[in-house]
Amino acid sequence: MRFSFLSLLRNAFSAHRDWPEQWRSPEPKPAYDVVIVGGGGHGLAAAYFLAAEFGIRNVAVVERGWIGGGNSGRNTTIVRSNYLLEDSEALYDHSLKIWENLSQTLNYNVMFSPRGILMLAHGHHDVQSFTRHLHANRLAGIDSEWLSPEEARAFCPGLNISKDIRYPIGGATLQRRGGVARHDAVVWGFARAASALGVDILQNCEVTGIRRGPDGAVTGLDTTRGAIATRKIGVSAAGHTSVVLEMAGLGRLPLESTPLQALVSEPLKPLISCVVMSNTIHAYISQSDKGDLVIGAGTDQYVSYSQTGGLQITAHTLDAICELFPHLRRVRMMRNWGGIVDNTVDRSPILGPTPVPGLFVNCGWGTGGFKATPGAGHLLAATIARGEAHPIAAPFGLDRFARGRLIDEAAAAAVAH
Amino acid sequence: MLLVPCPWCGPRPELEFVAAGEAHVARPSPDADPTALAEALYFRANTKGLIAERWRHLHGCGRFFNAVRHTVTDKFVMSYRPGDPAPDLARLAETLAAEAAL
Repeated sequence: MRFSFLSLLRNAFSAHRDWPEQWRSPEPKPAYDVVIVGGGGHGLAAAYFLAAEFGIRNVAVVERGWIGGGNSGRNTTIVRSNYLLEDSEALYDHSLKIWENLSQTLNYNVMFSPRGILMLAHGHHDVQSFTRHLHANRLAGIDSEWLSPEEARAFCPGLNISKDIRYPIGGATLQRRGGVARHDAVVWGFARAASALGVDILQNCEVTGIRRGPDGAVTGLDTTRGAIATRKIGVSAAGHTSVVLEMAGLGRLPLESTPLQALVSEPLKPLISCVVMSNTIHAYISQSDKGDLVIGAGTDQYVSYSQTGGLQITAHTLDAICELFPHLRRVRMMRNWGGIVDNTVDRSPILGPTPVPGLFVNCGWGTGGFKATPGAGHLLAATIARGEAHPIAAPFGLDRFARGRLIDEAAAAAVAH
Repeated sequence: MLLVPCPWCGPRPELEFVAAGEAHVARPSPDADPTALAEALYFRANTKGLIAERWRHLHGCGRFFNAVRHTVTDKFVMSYRPGDPAPDLARLAETLAAEAAL
């Protein structure tokens, strides 16, 4: 059913008790044309685009737990595209353009709110590198503007632009098209739209093996809900990508999984109207519609699958937040948590075919995957449908490491993701 | 925060250490092909389970060492000095499982 003003009104009269389930929960079929491993935003988006744009509707999404229960539900919901390198700019702006109309496309309010991304520059060198960054963005057609400290404070009231803090703010770049979206709604919106087009969403269905034929090509999957035959598998398993691909014989990958933490405060009245990021002193903050301050911390330094990290990492971020917004010093934090992110050495994702015929991968998004949800899903779907990488995804292939064509976004742009 | 067992200084808080990635990655010969170089530089086991990894006690004795840790519980199993042979992780996992069952 479509959501509309009339359907909302009708259900209001029955106290919202009669809404049907938003997606089907079918039993697994013995065979599918394509199976997507991983029921997060990326995987569900890929399934949706396979059905909606590429006409492949006999698709299953297999998910070990429940959909959106991994990194889709653990991020800080920031959406932006102001990366430095041309390949990255094309990739992230492809995604941002889909975000802009996603609620209408899915008929589901993903609460995309382009409230502006303010990236703070601290000191002389930051100002120089951010200026270069800004010009690179504008050459690529991505909106970005320079704000003086006073203009930054006018855009984000409460920001401490004093010269007396440890890392005084020398200015900021602003991407007005960037912002936040509601993480759960993105997952549910893609699940609902994909299910309506015939995609089977199989929850509590953990992959235990990947079957390959004599020619090496994939022939199916073993799962905790039985065997499934398929000729094409798209893996979109974030921090667990190494675990899944090892089942297909790809034991070593250019990935390391680490915890990434975030935390939220008690709900407050509207206080911070945009997204504020500081790479130098490492802080990300925005305010959710519920009023919580949503704060992103950093990664731990070691490989781990524990979905928890050291308290010193969050304490370090809160030090930075308290310096930028001294009036938040007495706000209480309600919850903190960790997600497992898969980091590549160049901090750019891996998207494309693998050496195993029929096996495609979308991974390596590290700490910045949420913003790419619709774009990565679209490009993975296009790549699976064509059997070769989509032009925007082509530079991000697994082969770039041996060719030495790294897309060194972390070092080049000094962006924290 | 982890309690990291330095083989020289004993257990110390993680803040004193820098993690230095997977241990026992063999450097290929200079005339190896680019694939072998990429494997050694960038490709990692990233195991969910027991791993052997390098640490450096930067704000302590300053020395590198190797340690075995479980990546789900984050618990250290052992640490050993550089140059010591790599432990058999599969056998170590079996021993630990048998001990846990007792």
